[in-house]
Amino acid sequence: MTAETAPLLCLLMVAAYLAGAAGALAPLGPRLTRIVAAAGAIGGAVAGTVLATVVLVGGRPLVATVPALLSVGGGLALRLDGLGAFFLILVGVVAAPAALYGVGYTAAYQGRYSLRWLGAMLNLFLLTMSLVVLADNALTFLLTWEAMSLTSYFLVMTEHERADTVAAGSWYLAMTHVGLALILTAFVLLIPPDGGASFAELRGAAATASPALRGLVFVLAVLGFGGKAGLVPLHVWLPRAHPAAPSHVSALMSGVMVKLGVYGILRLALDLLGVGPAWWGALLIGLGAASALIGVLYALMEDDLKRLLAYSTVENVGLVFIGVGAGLLFASLREPAAAVLALAAALYHAVNHGVFKGLLFLGAGSVAHATGSRDMNRLGGLIRTLPWTAACFLVGALSIGGLPPFNGFVSEWLLFQSLLPAIGSTAPLVAPVMTLAVGALALTAGLAAAAFVKAFGITFLALPRSAEAGAAHEAPLTMRLAMVILAVLCALLGLGAALILPVLGGIVAGHAGLPRLAPPLTAGPLLLPPGGAASMSPSLVAIGLLLAMGGAWLAVRLLAARGLRVGETWGCGRLGQTPRMEYTSTAYAEPLRRVFAELYRPTEDLAIEVHPESRYFVQSIAYRSEIVPWFERYLYAPLVGRIAAWAARARVIQSGSAHAYLAYLVVALLALLAISLAWSG
Amino acid sequence: MESWAIEVAQAALVLGLAPGLVGVVRWLKARLQSRRGAPPWQPYYELRKLFGKEVVVSRNASWLFRLAPYVVFASTAAAACLVPALAVERPLDGVGDLLVVVYLLLLATVFLALAGLDPGSAFGGMGSSREMTVAALAEPTVALAIFALALSAGSTNLGQIVARTLGDPAAALSPGHLLAFAALFIVMLAESGRLPVDNPGTHLELTMIHEAMVLEYSGRYLALIEWAAALKLLLFFALLGNLFVPWGVAVAAEPGALALALASLVVKLAVIAIVVALLETRVAKLRLFRVPELLSVSFVLALLAVTSSFLAR
Amino acid sequence: MLFSKIFRTGLATEPLAGDAAAITVARELEGRTRRLLGRALAIREVDAGSCNGCELEIAGLGGPVYDSERFGIHFVASPRHADLLLVTGPVTRNMEVPLRKTWEATPAPKLVVAVGDCARTCGVFRGSYAVVGSVDRVVPVDVFVDGCPPEPADILRGILTALDRQAER
Repeated sequence: MTAETAPLLCLLMVAAYLAGAAGALAPLGPRLTRIVAAAGAIGGAVAGTVLATVVLVGGRPLVATVPALLSVGGGLALRLDGLGAFFLILVGVVAAPAALYGVGYTAAYQGRYSLRWLGAMLNLFLLTMSLVVLADNALTFLLTWEAMSLTSYFLVMTEHERADTVAAGSWYLAMTHVGLALILTAFVLLIPPDGGASFAELRGAAATASPALRGLVFVLAVLGFGGKAGLVPLHVWLPRAHPAAPSHVSALMSGVMVKLGVYGILRLALDLLGVGPAWWGALLIGLGAASALIGVLYALMEDDLKRLLAYSTVENVGLVFIGVGAGLLFASLREPAAAVLALAAALYHAVNHGVFKGLLFLGAGSVAHATGSRDMNRLGGLIRTLPWTAACFLVGALSIGGLPPFNGFVSEWLLFQSLLPAIGSTAPLVAPVMTLAVGALALTAGLAAAAFVKAFGITFLALPRSAEAGAAHEAPLTMRLAMVILAVLCALLGLGAALILPVLGGIVAGHAGLPRLAPPLTAGPLLLPPGGAASMSPSLVAIGLLLAMGGAWLAVRLLAARGLRVGETWGCGRLGQTPRMEYTSTAYAEPLRRVFAELYRPTEDLAIEVHPESRYFVQSIAYRSEIVPWFERYLYAPLVGRIAAWAARARVIQSGSAHAYLAYLVVALLALLAISLAWSG
Repeated sequence: MESWAIEVAQAALVLGLAPGLVGVVRWLKARLQSRRGAPPWQPYYELRKLFGKEVVVSRNASWLFRLAPYVVFASTAAAACLVPALAVERPLDGVGDLLVVVYLLLLATVFLALAGLDPGSAFGGMGSSREMTVAALAEPTVALAIFALALSAGSTNLGQIVARTLGDPAAALSPGHLLAFAALFIVMLAESGRLPVDNPGTHLELTMIHEAMVLEYSGRYLALIEWAAALKLLLFFALLGNLFVPWGVAVAAEPGALALALASLVVKLAVIAIVVALLETRVAKLRLFRVPELLSVSFVLALLAVTSSFLAR
Repeated sequence: MLFSKIFRTGLATEPLAGDAAAITVARELEGRTRRLLGRALAIREVDAGSCNGCELEIAGLGGPVYDSERFGIHFVASPRHADLLLVTGPVTRNMEVPLRKTWEATPAPKLVVAVGDCARTCGVFRGSYAVVGSVDRVVPVDVFVDGCPPEPADILRGILTALDRQAER
């Protein structure tokens, strides 16, 4: 069955997405357009997930080539192995709820923005993402990668009437193309002089290449794919683009697209390049730790709910890269069991993050849809008016905070356990680097919990801080259903860890010199990292928690007094309670802002207006504070300024004269002819 | 079967002793203040009284406010089941290691912080914000101290750490262990709300961290939260005692070994209680923005602990 | 040096003295309340406009000499945690509503002990435009303790009378 169904499912997936795109462009009514687009996307997502499951379970990769489609570079070649299948499952699992959510969410765009274009781009975005993980030669990969970037750019620009959206789109386009240039260079450097660019040939060429070349390719790949993934210092597009996009698109971008950056590095470093020197892993760990800390520190300071989530994506991508880096490091140190665990932990965190970040973005979208605002200082009290959104957002917040028994806790525990063997390693500098990585991981975990207590608490609890928040209404059925699906998935991913971990171990086995058969990572319901006697069972912990809660509730019900009276919040006897008395989002993060003031360097501006008759009577106080992120202030602002200055000087070429332009064309043509003659000669 | 009986007995013992431990610390502080003070079993009377009182809930509070005490109590109790207070060989030993214990306590903290925000009072928000700050800054120290212990024991599993030190007594005096003990001691003061980080007996809301979050709670909810706080204190004391000075912990399931384990646990708890009471009498509370400095001192100690554990291998 | 001083001082708590005549029971006490609160009492002190003379005396209750804690009594910050409200002062107009709100914020079963001549009869402030009246006009009082200010021992006896306990030592 598997031999025939896999290609069929692949065709079905492509057909569903294309049908969804075409149907969205057809002149149907707005409601039908939304439904058709979503149906195509859901169909494609389900087909893709089933295809990936079939390949994972069957163990045999799917291979397909369509050489006639493109005659250069080996044509279109597709191959789905275990690694690709994993990421395809991630695509499908987040895409289906997000598309369902879109049916209800995009109703607000009716009449203002083009629903047809949005629906078509969504389907094409999902199609190109699925094809990226299916690509088996450099050309296919680059084409689908670029198509993915373009379709996501159009999706980001949906609300193009807002100025910050346009700026976000520009940043995104620029940085993704810089990344593309780097990735292209990396692939080109690997192409053997005589052969084609299929991944098998690249693998062979990389095995015989010089260490310097391999190192260069690796660095280019890290920069190129890391930019897409949101690795520091190439993350600055993320906090701009993800909030600007429609919420279900943000969910897909944060949840899935940045993971394709991880996929790119895994494919290039683990699969094509194979085992490398130790500094590869160390580089990734360093960048990952920096991303994790910077992401979470700026997430804490955010008042815009979606920007907070975007910075949190930077943080979690950093955690995934810590795992990947540790895996590469252990592979180079010839400790296969530890490497398998670290890589499996990284993959687990990638899928967990996809699910709970998707859930959180959908929840934030529901909040924005209901209140018209993303500013947490204007929200509050939504737990009463948006009960479903609140409950699902709480599940997402607990998961991303790494709290038992949800999925975030399991992958963070696995990341900790995978770093432990390294602290005892005798290779030079490994132990101190790993120790600092552990410290960074723990600090990130604590700060992330604080950031999401703030995000959930200020947005949903207490009293509404503005009229819009008070007038909020719950989301429509499709949006609620999508959020509930993802919330249930968060719980299942946590409780089913003992079933999932061996699958992940199997995916990474066989690459980079790792043994074909992964070490046993579980024993019954227990997770058992190799090399130590530590073990953990998230399902048993969850059962224990539920039993303890039930037991406490029962005992209290039977033995304690029952009376309950509703009264006012205690405020030292003050005469009324207004929302102005509550803590705000800025206030909540203030102690940590003071602690990390050296990093944030907030600018503060205090203007006090006094009464004209006496300076002892204050009429108004205006306080303004701003934090400019570190990299933007010290790296990007000067860089962009320098580039703008050069561009201004280069503008002299645009003289407006047609003769000059023709002359440029002739010169360029002659130069290209000369170069190609010299190359072939 | 009998190992399950030990597990249940241990959990019940820990739950039952917790209020008494808080009472003993209070009694010691009273005596050090030249007062007679309440008897050490006073917190039991307080809990019984609280369970008999009515609950007043703010009309701005949501279901989270009413759920939080149960979550706080349940996660602290679940952590209590994982800590080796009496015996090493327990059926639940493999279900969770030291990291799971730390994260379960963090779950309790998070729910209490959310419950502080729920009624919409300024005090609750302030306590919640401060509590999350202290908890977040204490996390790296805890992780590194755990790793220092795990480095010598080869695992983060609690039973294994205890067994390792029992098997190699000289390791208990190694600089790695001593530094980790010092780091965890400071974290214990921070996490359980003791001086110099937080004054458990203060009435001034602006000086509160933990108390500010529970100002809205009354009756049985308050009883659950107070009990959970006492349980957290006992867990930290038991971890400090049994991980670093494990003699007395029962390795076999014989009644003699268990009785010895009980006696040694009581002795260790008493010694740490005396040290904490003396410390609380001697020092004044730190300003909130000096607490991160204290926590970074403990972080450096933990870092040194890991380094010296590594060098000693 | 601190600890050597502590050891030299020893226990400073004195047996409870006090004058029973200063205490008036205003309402009948429920047995159930007595049994529930008898061993562990939490007090929230409310200053309803007093001159702070009574507050100074109440402050002495927590000290080593009078040591209210030996009777299981401790002071709390929030009325939600409290069982007994210790009210002082003639109730001024500004403090009438806050006092009422404090009483409503306290969970049942609860007691009120009014301390000082002002709390009972408005003392020297009687007839002032800024004063509402005796504490009894705002919240139901269980025990009055007379004096301007009353002795700490009398206050303590008043609290114990509200619990219907005899001072053991």
